Amino acid sequence: MFMNKIYILWLRQIKRWLRSRSRIVGSLAQPLLFLLALGYGFSSIFQEAGQGNYITFLAPGIIGMGIIFTSIFSGMEVIWDRQFGFLKETLVAPMPRFNIMLGRTLGGATIATIQGVILMILSMFFGFRPEHLISIVPALGVMFLMALLFTSLGTMIASLLEDMQGFHLVMNFLVMPLFFLSGALFPLEGLPKTLSIITRLDPLSYGIDALRELFLGMGHYGLAMDLVVLTLVTLLFLGLGSYFFKKIQV
Amino acid sequence: MIRVNNLTKTFGDFTAVNDIGFSVKPGEIFAFLGPNGAGKTTTIKMLTTLLRPTAGSILVNGNDPVKSPEAVRRSFGIVFQDQSLDDELTAWENMEFHGVIYDLPKPLRRERIRQLLIFVDLWDKKDRLAKEFSGGMKRRLEIARGLLHHPKVIFLDEPTLGLDPQTRNHMWEYLQELNKKEGTTVFFTTHYMEEADRVAQRVAIIDHGKIVAMGTSDELKKQTDALTLEEAFLSLTGKTIRDESAKATDMMRRMRRAWRK
Ligand SMILES: Nc1ncnc2c1ncn2[C@@H]1O[C@H](COP(=O)(O)OP(=O)(O)OP(=O)(O)O)[C@@H](O)[C@H]1O
Ligand SMILES: [Mg+2]
Repeated sequence: MFMNKIYILWLRQIKRWLRSRSRIVGSLAQPLLFLLALGYGFSSIFQEAGQGNYITFLAPGIIGMGIIFTSIFSGMEVIWDRQFGFLKETLVAPMPRFNIMLGRTLGGATIATIQGVILMILSMFFGFRPEHLISIVPALGVMFLMALLFTSLGTMIASLLEDMQGFHLVMNFLVMPLFFLSGALFPLEGLPKTLSIITRLDPLSYGIDALRELFLGMGHYGLAMDLVVLTLVTLLFLGLGSYFFKKIQV
Repeated sequence: MIRVNNLTKTFGDFTAVNDIGFSVKPGEIFAFLGPNGAGKTTTIKMLTTLLRPTAGSILVNGNDPVKSPEAVRRSFGIVFQDQSLDDELTAWENMEFHGVIYDLPKPLRRERIRQLLIFVDLWDKKDRLAKEFSGGMKRRLEIARGLLHHPKVIFLDEPTLGLDPQTRNHMWEYLQELNKKEGTTVFFTTHYMEEADRVAQRVAIIDHGKIVAMGTSDELKKQTDALTLEEAFLSLTGKTIRDESAKATDMMRRMRRAWRK
């Protein structure tokens, strides 16, 4: 019974996503644009600096970008549900609110992971090559962990917001900085002190770092460190997310 | 089944529900009437764990919605005043979602979904997305969904608003049958006085957050020397129009509609 309920909540998120083509295309187009414009634009400079192929370096960052945008957006769908009234239907459901939050978060995280996989495959058409194909398997796990982390964060923020206005604020002043300051676009080695501290505080850095470690064998923090940080932050956000979700009144 | 004492809810410095008390017996059909903005929906939200009371105590099926919300949620069903469907799901999927969440075993769930969708005349449209439905069709789907699991108490907040008379009568027949067969307690609001007069065993009238009268329909008529419940209602609540809050709700509805485009 528990599984059935989690499943139907999960399924609902998946169905909604499959039914909004524009959302799927939109959330692939932007990362792809970054990959192509920056990837080709900077490739010669990157090469000259002795850093190797920029597209290959950039691809994990682009995958991370797709994941963070899609997951935060999915988590924040709580705002839509509130606006359209469906949230009430879930809030009176005879099940712990933690499970409700869990079901929809797993749904959002699944969607974000699939978007990450699509971006990975698309990157391969433009020259991205993982060192060993088998590394894709553990990388899927990392992508899902990142997706879970940011979906919970999105749910948490949405539970605190009353309406749509806050949404763009969050996208511009939280998601954009998280993305740009994560080492998605640049190597973490030899950064100025301040920037290096900031990137260390950004959970996305660890996700992308883990992907680079797995795909390219070139990580900065080390895989163990990446996984520990990702897991702890995910647990923290799941906890906070369900705490604030529990407190929603409509 | 429902017991409310000294219940109060304030929004900022506005008091929406002001120190009310009433109780509803198991198996009773109870109408909660009042002009626009009287505090009916706010009261229902507190009874159904959606809003925390500012003061006072509530018991629903013996449980306190603040202290043990889950136990309370297991005992009731609700049809909300405003829209509460997932527009991106089909009619059938909206029903299925509800049935799973409410632990209905699959064969029973499938059978009831079929029955109820036929009942509200949406069976042939069961695979259409809810957003493609007209207002009345959406309302019918919400009613069907509210009836899907058979709870101990069912709250209906203006369930018949925007429904054609056929569906309205149908719905009441179904509810009265459920009430007789399973002893379901029914707590509803409506602005159609003849409807309350016809189906409710007891009526409470709330105005400006205060309960101004309570009893059987006949008692209220006698008390006010009125021939119909509508006359009794008007003499208890006055004839001024509460347009301020009516406008507010209207506006919210309009905004929601505009926003969807
Ligand atoms: N979230 C809120 N914040 C501030 N005021 C609110 C809120 N919800 C309701 N109110 C106010 O509380 C009062 C009671 O509202 P309520 O929705 O309970 O009325 P009602 O009796 O259901 O009216 P109607 O017949 O129009 O549905 C209204 O004046 C309304 O403006
Ligand atoms: Mg109301």
